[in-house]
Amino acid sequence: MTTPSTGRDETARTASARSRLAAAEAAQGRPALIDGWIIAAALAVIAAYVRVIWFTPAEATQGLAQKIYYLHLPAALNAYLAFGVVFVTSIVYLWLREERADLVAEASAEVGLLFTTVVLVTGPIWAKPIWGTWWTWDARLTLTLFLWFIYAGYIVLRGAIVEPSLRARYSAVLGILGALLIPFIHMSVYLFRTLHPMPIVLKPDRPSLPPEMLHTLMFSFAAFVLVYLALVRARYRLSVERARVEELEASLEGGR
Amino acid sequence: MRAFGSRRAVDGVSLALRGGECLALFGPNGAGKTTLLRLLAGLLAPSAGTCLVGGVALRAEGGRAARSRVGLISHASMLYSALTSRENVEFAAKMYGLRHPAEAALRALKAMRVADRADTPVRALSRGLQQRVSIARAIVHEPLLLLCDEPYTGLDEVGSAALTEALGERRAHGAALMLVTHNLSEGLALATHAAIMRRGRFARYEERARVDGASYASAYRELVTADA
Amino acid sequence: MPEATLTSVPGRELDAPQLPGLVRATWLVARKDLAIEFRTRTAYFSALVFALLGLTIFYFAWDPTAVAAIDLAPGVLWVIFTFSGLLGLQRSFGVEQADRAMDALLAAPVEREAIYLGKAVANFLFVAGVQVVAIPAVALFYNVPLGNIWLSLTGIAVLAALGIVAVGTLFSAMAVNTRLAELLLPMLSLPFFVPIVMAAAQTTSRLLAGRPESEAWPWLRILLGFDLVFILACAIAFPYTLDE
Repeated sequence: MTTPSTGRDETARTASARSRLAAAEAAQGRPALIDGWIIAAALAVIAAYVRVIWFTPAEATQGLAQKIYYLHLPAALNAYLAFGVVFVTSIVYLWLREERADLVAEASAEVGLLFTTVVLVTGPIWAKPIWGTWWTWDARLTLTLFLWFIYAGYIVLRGAIVEPSLRARYSAVLGILGALLIPFIHMSVYLFRTLHPMPIVLKPDRPSLPPEMLHTLMFSFAAFVLVYLALVRARYRLSVERARVEELEASLEGGR
Repeated sequence: MRAFGSRRAVDGVSLALRGGECLALFGPNGAGKTTLLRLLAGLLAPSAGTCLVGGVALRAEGGRAARSRVGLISHASMLYSALTSRENVEFAAKMYGLRHPAEAALRALKAMRVADRADTPVRALSRGLQQRVSIARAIVHEPLLLLCDEPYTGLDEVGSAALTEALGERRAHGAALMLVTHNLSEGLALATHAAIMRRGRFARYEERARVDGASYASAYRELVTADA
Repeated sequence: MPEATLTSVPGRELDAPQLPGLVRATWLVARKDLAIEFRTRTAYFSALVFALLGLTIFYFAWDPTAVAAIDLAPGVLWVIFTFSGLLGLQRSFGVEQADRAMDALLAAPVEREAIYLGKAVANFLFVAGVQVVAIPAVALFYNVPLGNIWLSLTGIAVLAALGIVAVGTLFSAMAVNTRLAELLLPMLSLPFFVPIVMAAAQTTSRLLAGRPESEAWPWLRILLGFDLVFILACAIAFPYTLDE
């Protein structure tokens, strides 16, 4: 087959693109995700739990079960923090069309879903020995359930769109609308609860904590924030590489 | 310049078209012809640079008046299959603010020789007839810039003749035409200018008068197969 | 003859087209959607049948000795309202996708928001049309005296429909471009519908129980706030869901 000069350029360009694609795909599989941040976060969590289990007194009335609270509350705060990040990066993306904002949103959403799941699992584990029932529709837990739904919708939406810029735009819209929804859910659930009083054995929502417990709580919270940052960072890097692979694949198809 | 992700579909295209002129645009698949047309119709915004039609950016605030003089024909019919031909074209006429939408719609349908099927639901029409109704929809507001993406697709002789006549009529009224087609002879027949697009750029751009049919055909073939 | 520029044609000033403003364009789009729906009537009929079927199933799943009709009916009414509304919303942007009719809408000299508002109006009338039959059906099947509160009930229905349509129309526009359209629309919309259903059901049951209207007022406030915030937010967000 004759190869005019343009044909040879084609083959060379295609070959280099293919090798770049192969390198990018290989990079995805490399276990470079374990880095300094992850190790630091893991150590922090371990330290926090050592403190929780051995160095913090048990709460008088609730006993050992209360210790799961140190997992539950920081996870909840981080779940909301993660959503705040999704909200802000969604606005940034629509305003500046900066692709990285979208990738951070993606990472934060997945990590947020993880934290929200932790909250929803530890909630019942705590509630059962205290209130004798697995699930209560208390205001915070319900709100967190809705947060879970919004996260799930966000991630399914992303999974259903192939084209990157469309995916980013739609996700950003959902991120912003979801954030607008949260206050309405809060108001509705609060109103619902004040009119439907729940059996309250103690005041488990706001225990007045002695300083030791408070310190443990803050320590645990700090550890979780570290986990959040480490996970988001790792997930973000994965997103970036995946985006690059997508781009290379697209350019290969276009160049044919 | 218009990019999708990192792929530049249209890059560094500049052209000037006056009323009464017709640019025939050829090129292999994926060259960016459809994207260029969509940019000019105001359906897409440029990723960089400007896209001005009649000196106005169609997507900006003041673009509505300019959009009202642009017509778009593509191989998708852009019709509502549950409505009749008349209803479809009348809807377009009203959306373009025409004062006498019913008369304008009928006139357009007659021009495309499809007025006898005015009250048939579009989904009951054959593909070719649907295309004719779609063209009627595109010309009902007497656009001054008519963008045609493979408009002859699916048309029989009567339909093709009606289309050519309608395009000629528009040109006589001072409209500019842009015609994307794979059919060299059809395109060159109407054109005052001819261009071949490749990978988002114009590989060739010249006046029709300077083009010799046979050599153009072989040059085109060469450019197309080089991409394969 | 003098050269015609893109914005003026000499000699034709009297006949010059008057570009539709926001209201007129909204109305044109809404009428077009309603004409399409009227022509086939399948979606409306399906939503109606679905609502009635739902009411029937709930009836047979209910133990009248355990729960009084007056306790059950409001919840059933508003839940069915939501799900039959979703059926109508599903088809909202499908017609535009079919032959790329959306392109013609986008190329037209109308503001983009008009497309959203027009479809929202059409969807609202669709949902209202289903409710006109479903609400009396609830009164009939469950033997609850909805007639006594029909005026307030109409008000609640209007507010609830506005909220559902505002959010649902936007998500319909998005879902139609994805691979999981039928799954995504309910999944994305339902969390947003919850405050609406809560407010509507709580208000209805209080009014039915003869409680003073002041008790229902906090719920209505939430519903009103929801409508205002989300009609505005979704209308603003709509252009971002279009290809730019």
